[in-house]
Amino acid sequence: MESKRLASPYLVWMAIFTVVPLGIVVWYAFTDSTGAFTLGNISRMGTYWPIFLKSIWLAILSSFICLLIGYPVAYTIAGASPKGQRLLYMLVMLPMCMSFLLRTLAWVALLDDTGIINNLIRSLGLKPLPLIRNDAAVVLGMVYNYLPYMIMPLYTVLLKIDRRLTEAAEDLGCRPGEVFTRVTLPLSVPGIISGFTMVFVPAVSTFYISQKMGSSGTTLIGDVIESQFKAAYNPNLGAALSLALMVLVLACVAIMNRFSDGEEVATI
Amino acid sequence: MKTFNRVFTVIVFLFLYIPMIVLAVASFNTGTDIAVWKGFTFAQYGALFKDGALLPLLLNSVIVAVISSLAATVLGTMAALGIRAMSPRMRSATMAVTNIPMTNPEIVTGVSLALLFAFVGQMLKINGIMGFATLLIAHITFNLPYVILSVMPKLGQMDPNLRDAALDLGCTPVQAFFKVIIHEILPGIISGAMMAFTMSLDDFVISYFVYGPNFVTLPVEIYNYTKKPLQPKIYALFTLLFLVILVMMVLMNLLQARDEARQRNARGVFGVRKGAKA
Amino acid sequence: MKRFCSLLIAALLIAALLPAPEARAADQVINVYNWGQYISDGTDDYIDVNAAFEEETGIHVNYMTFDSNESLYTKLKTGGSVYDVIVPSDYMVGRMIDEGMLLPLNFDNIPNFEYVDDEFKYMQHDPENLYSIPYTGGTVGVIYNSLYVDEEDIGSWDLLWNPKYAGKILMFDNPRDAFAIPQAMLGYSLNTTDEDELRASAYKLIEQKPLVQAYVMDQIYDKLEREEAWIAPYYVGDYIQMHWENEDLAFYYPEEGFNRFVDCMCIPTCATNKEGAEAYINFLLRPDVCGENMDWVGYTAPETAAREYLSLDEDEMALAYPPEEITSRGQAFAHLGAETTQLMDSLWLEVKTEGDVDYVPIIGIAVTAALVGGYLLWRGQRTRRRKASRCRKWKTA
Repeated sequence: MESKRLASPYLVWMAIFTVVPLGIVVWYAFTDSTGAFTLGNISRMGTYWPIFLKSIWLAILSSFICLLIGYPVAYTIAGASPKGQRLLYMLVMLPMCMSFLLRTLAWVALLDDTGIINNLIRSLGLKPLPLIRNDAAVVLGMVYNYLPYMIMPLYTVLLKIDRRLTEAAEDLGCRPGEVFTRVTLPLSVPGIISGFTMVFVPAVSTFYISQKMGSSGTTLIGDVIESQFKAAYNPNLGAALSLALMVLVLACVAIMNRFSDGEEVATI
Repeated sequence: MKTFNRVFTVIVFLFLYIPMIVLAVASFNTGTDIAVWKGFTFAQYGALFKDGALLPLLLNSVIVAVISSLAATVLGTMAALGIRAMSPRMRSATMAVTNIPMTNPEIVTGVSLALLFAFVGQMLKINGIMGFATLLIAHITFNLPYVILSVMPKLGQMDPNLRDAALDLGCTPVQAFFKVIIHEILPGIISGAMMAFTMSLDDFVISYFVYGPNFVTLPVEIYNYTKKPLQPKIYALFTLLFLVILVMMVLMNLLQARDEARQRNARGVFGVRKGAKA
Repeated sequence: MKRFCSLLIAALLIAALLPAPEARAADQVINVYNWGQYISDGTDDYIDVNAAFEEETGIHVNYMTFDSNESLYTKLKTGGSVYDVIVPSDYMVGRMIDEGMLLPLNFDNIPNFEYVDDEFKYMQHDPENLYSIPYTGGTVGVIYNSLYVDEEDIGSWDLLWNPKYAGKILMFDNPRDAFAIPQAMLGYSLNTTDEDELRASAYKLIEQKPLVQAYVMDQIYDKLEREEAWIAPYYVGDYIQMHWENEDLAFYYPEEGFNRFVDCMCIPTCATNKEGAEAYINFLLRPDVCGENMDWVGYTAPETAAREYLSLDEDEMALAYPPEEITSRGQAFAHLGAETTQLMDSLWLEVKTEGDVDYVPIIGIAVTAALVGGYLLWRGQRTRRRKASRCRKWKTA
């Protein structure tokens, strides 16, 4: 079949620019600065487990909060009139087009000790609050930045749910709460998983948000990788950390996909 | 419940938009401190246009985004057609590769491409390999999956007999594509292209690892700016971009609304058409 | 939809028609890689050095900034980028010479080298003065906000370890400058290669970590000027710039000793326009350019002839050109050799990644894992049960 060949430029492209680079990462991870084989970089991973754990935990937490916040929003959008849907969907998309660096910086301006909120509090004669440079601020930054990635797949899935199914459930005597837990929620699982993945992956590997919103102790795995390639020249250790991060993310995504019962995961 | 949902949605949208409002307000501030309002001025906008350092970088970003999303759209649509014709085993292997840039953390993609380019540069003795070409390659690479994943479902929805009918009626395969198939999958192609364009325009993490001194994109330069004492003209740029994107989105919205209205009228003749949602 | 396509094509055409920034490449271009806030760029009516150079020579300056010697080194080592002029500090010049990363300069193209003072020639990092030409000199000290910091607390590096100011202290984000502080406090040489001394210094930095608001470089400007932080060790010239913005900031030289540095202009081996680079270096050495530039930058000009162009006030002059009794307390950094540098890098990473073991993530992940695992198990059993019951029904039927 001649149309099979249409994919060959793509396959060549992906081989050169996706598979080969990953091979180079592996190669760097298992060599030292002179190019000799070593397990030293991999064995150093052991010392970084608290950082890995912390990155994963903050990412899980922010994905979960995104889900809690994003679901009602997606539900409301999906239930709006076509005109309202388009408008609201646009409003969700819009922040994604704007520089996330500057938007994060705006949060810093809001939350700083001498920031907008604390200036306001001070002008009321109250004591300023420690709003920034803690883990909660990092989670806030992650939720803020990645919330649209949760809302979009949820909306897509909720929109596709056949109204007749929920109506049928109501006719068969389900209470509204039951309709939600027994029909709507199970049917939106692919969207939940897709959204969870789309929030978790960037959150677990972020380095900018933790630098800006975290304390001097909030060093996430992305920070360490970035520093090895941008400040301390040690691409071997950086590659080993990247490899570990990649394996970890793939494992998490694989676990999440088990939830969807082999259904195709919704894409945006 | 419904009112709760409504109120909640409004709060979430406030949450999403308050930081942007802060930046927009800061762009009119006479003081340099973003948290302290000193007075109203347009001076930052004047500084932005007089300075001339940031706007060319915006152009750079647009150039990379347009070329990479177009290239990814062509390559990705071809690939999607090809993947459909593959045997199931081949197809799942290809889709696994397609999913790598999607599930891989951006930082890993950036790092791996940077290592590749540096390696090639060393091999070929090109000192200045990082630049426009490397940025473009990187952007096409992470754009491709978006196109494929939005074209594939449309291909799946398409009646496979359509292509055969076109071929039976004497179309060459190329004609069959341009006369029949493309009309069925166009919504997928467009949403893929738009997704790619958006992703590419605002990409920071991957660009940060593969840019060179001779070709810098706006997000990368914004990052460099945030490492220095902040110049408020960057807020002015943000506000202008916000307005431009807002206007573009509203326009698209209106066009979409008109298209949909027209389709609704057309239904009377052709009955219900499937998958005509843009 | 067609409309969208045509929009896209139109955008592409416009983009293609507009002159790309590289179109200027027809003329000569040099890529200059310097520290942030380290050249007079025309703000507040000071000289715009790069514009003046472009006007005089027609060579376009593509100017970029880095924020530490280490990130400059990393950028060059990673490869793929062309830079024609770089400005590393003394010890980094030594390291780069050591690793063959610099090109020898052609002094015929840099006649203005004659203006450079003798004390800035043939320095220990480049004893034969083949690769480097001084750009500025300076010292490191403590900047503090006199509104919040008590006078009795100042004078020593101890201020950075004072729990009274927890969360208001900033710290260098590069190993060499950061290690120099505990080294001075513990009475070690700033160029120690002794592993135990380095470990002791790292331990002291870890001790300080809970008090540190952030490890930053040029973000110190914003944080100090906005009074988000009150105390930071930094370079004296930058203090002069910050003082213009916030009058309450003050500066002192810690009694235990501090680093004195010289930043040098060099040409890396990846350079493609060596002559343009040399013209640029020569231009920066011209006494009037050097003087007017340093007037804004706030560091020591390496040439006496430049001083007549300065307009710094008396206090600022005393900081930019400190008297002998202060300079004698300063110590220059030397390149420590590959092994010690590597040790310091990994100790620095330890400092940055160190933290008390936090139980929240462990418990959180354990609970999540248990919930996920439990649910999957439960669901697996449920499906098995359902299948079994379906089978039974089928059999009985």
